[in-house]
Amino acid sequence: MFDNLTQKFTTIFDKLAFRGRLTEKNVEDACQEVRTALLEADVNIQTVRDFVGNVRDAAVGQQIIKGVNAAQQFVKIIHDRLVELLGEGTDDSIHYRTRPPTIILLAGLQGSGKTTTAAKLARLVRDRDAKRPLLVACDTYRPAAVEQLKVLGGELAVPVYYRSGADPVTLAAEGVEEARRGGEDVVIIDTAGRLHIDEEMMQEVDNIAVDILPQEIFLVVDAMTGQDAVNSAREFNERLEISGLILTKLDSDARGGAALSIRHVTGKPIRFAGVSEKLDGIEPFHGDRMAGRILGMGDVVGLVEKAQEVIDEQEALAMQRKLVENTFTLDDLMQNLRQVKRMGSISDLLGMIPGVGGRLAGASIPDSEFKRLEAIISSMTLAERTRPEIIDNSRRFRIARGSGTSVADVNALIKQYNEMRRLFGSKGGFGAAMQNLAGMMQGGKPQLPGDSPEDRVRQLRSDRERKRKERRKKKKNQRKQKRRR
Amino acid sequence: MAFGFLARLRNGLARTARALRDGVSGIFSGASISPSDLDRLEELLITTDMGVANATRIRDSVSDAVRRKRISADPASVLAFVKQDLSAALPTGSSVVNFAPSPPTVIFVVGVNGVGKTTTVGKLAAFFRSRGKSVLVAAADTFRAAAVDQLRIWAERAGTRIILAEQGADPSSVLHNSLDAAIAGGEDVVIVDTAGRLHNKEHLMRELEKMGRVAQRAVPGAPHETLLVLDAATGQNALVQARTFSGILPLTGLVLAKLDGTAKGGIALAIYDEIKVPVKFIGVGEQVDDLAEFFPRDYVDALFSESPADSGC
Repeated sequence: MFDNLTQKFTTIFDKLAFRGRLTEKNVEDACQEVRTALLEADVNIQTVRDFVGNVRDAAVGQQIIKGVNAAQQFVKIIHDRLVELLGEGTDDSIHYRTRPPTIILLAGLQGSGKTTTAAKLARLVRDRDAKRPLLVACDTYRPAAVEQLKVLGGELAVPVYYRSGADPVTLAAEGVEEARRGGEDVVIIDTAGRLHIDEEMMQEVDNIAVDILPQEIFLVVDAMTGQDAVNSAREFNERLEISGLILTKLDSDARGGAALSIRHVTGKPIRFAGVSEKLDGIEPFHGDRMAGRILGMGDVVGLVEKAQEVIDEQEALAMQRKLVENTFTLDDLMQNLRQVKRMGSISDLLGMIPGVGGRLAGASIPDSEFKRLEAIISSMTLAERTRPEIIDNSRRFRIARGSGTSVADVNALIKQYNEMRRLFGSKGGFGAAMQNLAGMMQGGKPQLPGDSPEDRVRQLRSDRERKRKERRKKKKNQRKQKRRR
Repeated sequence: MAFGFLARLRNGLARTARALRDGVSGIFSGASISPSDLDRLEELLITTDMGVANATRIRDSVSDAVRRKRISADPASVLAFVKQDLSAALPTGSSVVNFAPSPPTVIFVVGVNGVGKTTTVGKLAAFFRSRGKSVLVAAADTFRAAAVDQLRIWAERAGTRIILAEQGADPSSVLHNSLDAAIAGGEDVVIVDTAGRLHNKEHLMRELEKMGRVAQRAVPGAPHETLLVLDAATGQNALVQARTFSGILPLTGLVLAKLDGTAKGGIALAIYDEIKVPVKFIGVGEQVDDLAEFFPRDYVDALFSESPADSGC
């Protein structure tokens, strides 16, 4: 499911001989696919044109590497070029001034997420870099924008500077003064959202920058922006000479091609990514992961990292041992249910992968179902939970009444439990049991992703190994025949 | 009113119109048409965010029309042809608001974060007030810090009642209280501001689904309108947004906000193509009356406006 583009390339390059060079003609067809893929990801048309030209030049005449098919090789060329453009490593350090306070100015269009980002940055510099931040509310236009920053500052226990009646330029300067007085060493300035063509407003933010000379000027950009991203980014960069970009709402399923466009037109690095509505939802920006995402291949690395956060490995191992030893009780089942419930947030994560969201909608567990199963198990005695075989009809009746369910519900649960234990004797192991568990909560089979990239790599390797062996055998036979002759 | 709005729409899209006009003039010389001319036309159309598929389709029909000598290859003819092609896909007339047979009419305003929902609710309230309707706004965005305060200011500007709750309250309970208050007070229209939610966050979409049920229970047929607000600068993801939201609550219309920038909002064309949800309102500024009813074909007209927009108003 991560390889739409690879599949398309495979059809294009199918006609190619196993060994040979990528020719102009077959590269041309593939480049059309790249163009469409990038445009559908919202990469700006001019950026696409430049990019495709570069890829074409890089690909034509390339020797096809033995053992890798042409399609994979082509994807790699594109991926590498994208990573190169987006920036290889991460650059999430703030350029602090030796003599405090360091000033960070945030600017951007309306609704790009400046106020939330200001608060997230305040938390980041305080918790990661051990700084004392001060937030300055300079959005005097949007109703209650100041109030919003004050509430967020309050949640973080970070001071927020604002003086009613002052204009944004004055406010920014006063904010810096306030930090000097109060001993805060980082000043984060939230400004109003503005259109890049609004001369008056652009002049205003320009004035703020000239007046207080920030060390960092971040342009905050919505990851869902379309073709117009280049126009606004170019204008902001020319006016303010920004030092970096912050890409917000990356927890959406947008492919985020705007990242490539703005990087291309401004030449400025993308420093951070905003990934949730929570105040710790700011991360270093990873160019390599973004490349996969733009190509529609998904951010697999990021996903695996997140999944690991949700599932406690120790717990999972303990569960697995119990299942194998067949000492798995209904108590364990309840714990297991809780873990599956936490997987609900994994389905949210999977939803971040373009094209996957809809397919996985069924893989999460409705709360009501979970509560029902929990209620049934909670109504059992300890003895019943550890030795479910003692649950006779009268016990079933009592449990149903105690949990506010029916005897049929209780029967269904016990049946599923027995089924799980049985499954464990057979192949499939833990994964199958987990699937069964998820299945019992939604009355159907969950559509968990089966073909992980690791699986495919393994498959590829074993295929290659097999072919090599076959070839060796063939040669051996040929040699034998020769000798016989 | 309609004229003023048209002028404002034209104004908002003036840059786009000029860019498209100049672009087309630059491409087609009038003599013949080459594949690279067509490529450039396609690229021009792509800059509106209407999507690759749409742009390719128009490119092909222009190519076809020229080859069959149905139009000549001069800029004016090509422009007229493209305009005609886009208009044909859109519904005629205005996409009027569905009022409930008996009040209150319940309008949900939904969308992802930062598109301009709260501002739109404020403007919508003023819009209905100016048409003599009594309006109540429900501050059901109980998640974002100070969203309620923001809406309260908008309600004051529009001169409407507002029902609100503490930040963190259950949005369904705010909705329920608002509907009760509207029924008791005999209000004509209830506009519900909802929290911004990314369409791929399932629990938030479930919350919205629940709000739909709550509304339905309190007022038969509610919500009568579910408007998805889109930022005009949004790219292809808006299509996914529209698809997902309409799977939770049937959408009745789109609001295209922030059309006063250089963004073209072409994605609205792609959305209409796929799920037949028309744009009903557009937002072009930050003032309380900067919202207007939308006549779908006006959009195409404005996009390809012949006269310089500045002189049109």
